[in-house]
Amino acid sequence: MKKLLALTLLGVVMTTATAQARDTDEVRLAIDVPYEPFVYRTPAGELEGFEIDLGNELCKRANLDCTWVEQSWDGIIPGLLSRKYDAILSSMAITPERENQVLFSIPYYNTPSVWITRRDRDIDISDKDALEGLSVGVQRGTIRDSYVTQMYGDTLDIHRYSSSQDVANDLMSGRLDLSFEDYPLAVDTFHFKDDDSEFKKIGESIKKPVSIFGKGAAMAFRKRDKALAEKFNQAIRDVYADGTYEKLMKQYFDYDLSLPVGEK
Amino acid sequence: MEQLNAWFTELLSDNAIFTANTLGYYLDGLGSTVRLVFLSLIIGLVLAVPLAIARGSRRKWIKWPVFLYTYVFRGTPLLIQLYLIYYGVVFIEGIQDTFLWAILKDAFYPALIAFTLNTAAYTTEIFHGAIKATPRGEIEAARAYGMSRALMMRRIIMPSAFRRALPAYGNEVIFMLHASAIASVVTIMDLTGAARFVYARFYAPFDAFLFVAAIYLCLTFAILYLFRYLEKKLLAHLKPLNG
Repeated sequence: MKKLLALTLLGVVMTTATAQARDTDEVRLAIDVPYEPFVYRTPAGELEGFEIDLGNELCKRANLDCTWVEQSWDGIIPGLLSRKYDAILSSMAITPERENQVLFSIPYYNTPSVWITRRDRDIDISDKDALEGLSVGVQRGTIRDSYVTQMYGDTLDIHRYSSSQDVANDLMSGRLDLSFEDYPLAVDTFHFKDDDSEFKKIGESIKKPVSIFGKGAAMAFRKRDKALAEKFNQAIRDVYADGTYEKLMKQYFDYDLSLPVGEK
Repeated sequence: MEQLNAWFTELLSDNAIFTANTLGYYLDGLGSTVRLVFLSLIIGLVLAVPLAIARGSRRKWIKWPVFLYTYVFRGTPLLIQLYLIYYGVVFIEGIQDTFLWAILKDAFYPALIAFTLNTAAYTTEIFHGAIKATPRGEIEAARAYGMSRALMMRRIIMPSAFRRALPAYGNEVIFMLHASAIASVVTIMDLTGAARFVYARFYAPFDAFLFVAAIYLCLTFAILYLFRYLEKKLLAHLKPLNG
């Protein structure tokens, strides 16, 4: 009798163990909190934000049972590799260095950059001849610096600053004619959306070329988890295709940070 | 030349940071730094001579304004002076419409003004101290010859004061070179500006700043050598005969 009980118990233990091992439908996603409006905590303690909504939507499509794991940024890749969680969904930009360590999904967003000038100025950014001799302020060493250096190096007079506030001061004083800035940062520094702002945005927002602006932010997986990455890739394509992505995006942003699939 | 070029290409082939392109930035930076420091030192020197004489004047209304000027410019950090002149002037109502704006719009001239005023203040004090230290005997001898004050100043006091001030002034020149490193905060692409650019582009602070430090060292060495030469020439009479 005792033997039988022991065997049954052993059986139960073994079946649950195998069941757990086989249950790959459970996926733990790591995220660095907060990064508004991508992710933040409500006063009630709930996680909210664009990436939380997007992640939950992707899991629903891929038929996965997802849980969120909070992880600070500097340990986020080591945590993935040591199996503390199965994927990172935390505004991680694709870089060659990171590609050596992790497997990236297709990118799901990239913040655009934007041209700013004074409200009383009338500048046509697409007319290269008219730009001759104008001055532009950028933050030193950023991708915006690279962009204007490569694209407008022989047209515009490029001034490099340490902070975007200094750029705003000189744009205000008339030392600069233009600034080229990261969109969310420009909203904070130049307040160009407010009616009483001294500044305005001109031309289209810019996210290309990939060689300068990067591929964008993507989910990261362990290199061997190709099947899991493929599930999420498909889910990302789906949310783009049926407009869910745009709906979510408009809930949090009033500018376009989408990266339509297949576009290079 | 071709050999040199080949050697240079070979030397640079193994690294991603110090390409001909970034070395060009450093070279431009060297030009800006030397231009800025040289001009501000020359103008500062020209300003400092009459100011140093005025500083030692017995008339209060001449003496005190000069003292106030040197006190303010030696009593505040050069960085603050630069910020005030570069960012501060734009808040003067209507300055954009005056002829001054053509000068102040560019970052170079505000920096030149700040550096010049700063070095002029220090140089004034150096010269003032040297003038004050003129031995009484020399002045009495000049008076005994019946020299006027102006003649005495020109023939006796200034020449010996310049000689005495030389070592201290050499230090001021080196300090000025090092202080010019802050010019990059107002967008001037000087040596430090180039280093910061390379640092930000390649995330390689050690390489970028070590390289620029080496260039500053070379410049300092050149200045030291120049002043040692001048001191040897001009202060020869102070050396022991069989030294």
